[in-house]
Amino acid sequence: MLHFSSLIHHSLRKTRVVSDDAGCVCGGSSLNRSSIDGGKQLHHHQHQSISSLSVAFPTEVALTNGTPMETLSPASASSLFNRLQLDDDLEADGRDLYASMETRDLFVTVDDPKKHVSTMETYITYRVSTKTSRIEFDLPEYCVRRRYQDFDWLRIKLEDSQPTHLIPPLPEKFVMKGVVDRFSEEFVETRMKALDKFLKRVADHPVLSFNPHLNAFLTAKDLNKRQGLALLTKVGESVKHVAGGYKLRARPAEFCAMGEYLDTFSLKLGTIDRIAQRIIKEQSEYLTELREYGTVYSSWAGSEQELRRPLEGVAACVTTCCGALEELSDNMSQDFLPVLREYVLYVESMKNVLRKRDQSQAEYEGRLEAAVLRKQEDRTPIPMEVEKCQDKMECFNADLKADWERWQSNKRQDFKQLLTGMADKNINYYEKCQAAWESLITLLQDRQTEDKTSETN
Amino acid sequence: SPPLYDHLFSCLSKENLIPCPHPSMVEKGTNLLRKMEINVVEAEKRTGKNTVNMQETYTVYLIETRPAETVPEGGTPATPDTLWRRYSEFELLRTYLLVTYPYIVIPPLPEKRVSDAYLEGKVKNLYKFKFVWHKLSADNLDPDFVERRRGGLENFLLRVASHSVLSNDEIFFHFLTEGWRERVLETGFQDKADSRLKSLSAMFRVKNPDKRFTALKHYCDELNTVISQLLRVRARVADRLYGVYKVHGNYGRVFSEWSAIEKEMGDGLQSAGHHMDTYAASIDDILEEEEHYADQLKEYLFYTDAVRSVCRKHELIQYELEMAAQDLTHKKQQKEELATGTVRVFSLKGMTSKLFGQESQEQRESRLAALEQSIQEGEEAVKEKNTECQEFVRTAWEDIERFKEQKDKDLREALISYAIMQISMCKKGIQVWSNAKECFNKM
Repeated sequence: MLHFSSLIHHSLRKTRVVSDDAGCVCGGSSLNRSSIDGGKQLHHHQHQSISSLSVAFPTEVALTNGTPMETLSPASASSLFNRLQLDDDLEADGRDLYASMETRDLFVTVDDPKKHVSTMETYITYRVSTKTSRIEFDLPEYCVRRRYQDFDWLRIKLEDSQPTHLIPPLPEKFVMKGVVDRFSEEFVETRMKALDKFLKRVADHPVLSFNPHLNAFLTAKDLNKRQGLALLTKVGESVKHVAGGYKLRARPAEFCAMGEYLDTFSLKLGTIDRIAQRIIKEQSEYLTELREYGTVYSSWAGSEQELRRPLEGVAACVTTCCGALEELSDNMSQDFLPVLREYVLYVESMKNVLRKRDQSQAEYEGRLEAAVLRKQEDRTPIPMEVEKCQDKMECFNADLKADWERWQSNKRQDFKQLLTGMADKNINYYEKCQAAWESLITLLQDRQTEDKTSETN
Repeated sequence: SPPLYDHLFSCLSKENLIPCPHPSMVEKGTNLLRKMEINVVEAEKRTGKNTVNMQETYTVYLIETRPAETVPEGGTPATPDTLWRRYSEFELLRTYLLVTYPYIVIPPLPEKRVSDAYLEGKVKNLYKFKFVWHKLSADNLDPDFVERRRGGLENFLLRVASHSVLSNDEIFFHFLTEGWRERVLETGFQDKADSRLKSLSAMFRVKNPDKRFTALKHYCDELNTVISQLLRVRARVADRLYGVYKVHGNYGRVFSEWSAIEKEMGDGLQSAGHHMDTYAASIDDILEEEEHYADQLKEYLFYTDAVRSVCRKHELIQYELEMAAQDLTHKKQQKEELATGTVRVFSLKGMTSKLFGQESQEQRESRLAALEQSIQEGEEAVKEKNTECQEFVRTAWEDIERFKEQKDKDLREALISYAIMQISMCKKGIQVWSNAKECFNKM
């Protein structure tokens, strides 16, 4: 059973797991992760009882070694087990998520964007679907509509109420009007995927997922957000925490290492972002020239007889390659870059949490020092609040370390997927081009053998 | 794989990478190529004094010839005869052929000078990415240029040697084997060349142009335009593609730096980075190979000039025929007037005789006789010219048909080899990205 479960964990990275009781909640087009294939995401539901879980598979699930699985027909668990290849990698990955898998009982999805036009404003809402067996929730299923503002509210609430934890980032709040079309399909799609990821990360977190604000977000018909929300900026938050003005003397080594890592990592992310943008730009210029290149062959074909078909064939090939290239570039813009940028935000979040931790340590040390001095002076015992501060700091350290581990592990998975996705897209591009040129050769060679036989006749 | 693949791959894998003349060309007739192998194997720099007694550096090319006989198993081929020739000598040979066989489409020579576009490409690569150092040469001694020219010269010789008419030319044979200078100068073709140049650059209009030649000229103009355009755009495409590949090299560096701060991800990232470097480096060879396709196109670009040359020569002959016919008609009319006494055609003699009195019967008769003579000569001239014209049209059109067939076959093969290059590029791309993917998977 262990083997099989770990297999499910692995494939779950690309599927939604649906709880047994209520049948399948088809959330439409959204999957746990942006699927490697971009494009059409067909849903193909298989319902099987494996202990208390059903599993839904999309039409294409790939194993870590890249072997695509054929479409699954409804099959028993054992035959599934027999058909799938097992290797060490699979097991190792499975073990990481095994624990969370066993206890996962909260599933969320963001999809179905809709435009709302009112006299005051135009905005987009998304459907947020929840399935859960937790007792903290009254019902097993919920379906609400939320807009970006609501996600922002949730994030701020989480940061306030769980200051010792790393809160996942949201996609950028403000976009330059006129530069980016806030209602274009691509923008909405990209934003929706990021919101979905945000919510899933929160729902997966062992502490954050139990936050009452999350509960409200997922269940309330109308979110009762406190007034003055718009004024609550990040600056305001940090002011709260800096109050007290304690200065940290020495950051413990392990947290220093984290800080250094984050600094370097965010630099590298920035570089990768710039490189990717440059590639997209170069590809776009290449595409422009390539298009003209194709038309020249077409116009040449017009003045030839024997060579007409071969030249038209070349023109068609070039056109096919143009299409494939465009697809590749679009994918980079829409799937690769946003995820990269999201991680930059994530790094900023993490740095923020580190700073807060430093604050809590500074506060504790400051108070302790003051208390010790007073004790030396007039034997006043160390007040309770100093102990509370120490507790708070130790809690913070422990939470942060746990979150750090989670974050590192998720980061590894995310980048593995991101980069293999990029490689896949490039491979697809070349495969398409190769196929086009190979069919051209067949066309040209057929003519040649035709000519040769007619010559000998 | 189909036999054509094998044929092309063996051609492409040879050093010169210029397409072999189509097999059917070599089989036809008694071509020189059946008797001897011709190769332009090397290039060397020489310095010497030129005609104005100034030092100059130039390149010479080594021509190797050996009898084309099958070598027995384990046997060594005969040592070739060799001699050195410089570009200007090739030019001389071509001019000689142009003049001597005006009805033949004479194969073109490769470019004389490094073109501006060629230099521009190199400068761009130099400053844009600083990945590849190209030695910037403003002269014809640039090694890449010399190498391409070597191939082009060999191609020229092979084309001439496989032509049913040109291959039998003695001067050509001597060009390949021994002192030819004196011989070629003996032919006195220089004078013919000068007069040809003069006449071809003269402005004249043909009254009844041959429709076939007009259509052919029009086609050549179109072909020239479209191939020029194609070469220009192809160069821009290559430039852009270079950029795309080279930027990926930056991934190599950043992955390497990033891997330094990672634990489990480090190895995968690092090795993926190496593959990105490989990817970026691969474009150099890819584009180098593509230059050979450009050379094949360029040959036909220059060929259009050779065809237009033949058309022009025909026009000239046609014009001369028309002039001769016109001249004859004029003389006949003159004779008629003189005989009947009516003045329809203006003549100075006629005018002066009107002004200064009639001429005597004797004078008239002697003039008539002279005219008769002139008319006879004129008729001979027209007949000759007509024959010349017809013969020219016949032989020229024969060669043009041959040329058209050659062009269609060569260009089709060029397109096939271009497609093969593209496929090879795609395969390399798939390989590199698959390798990178494997590394990412191990992260």
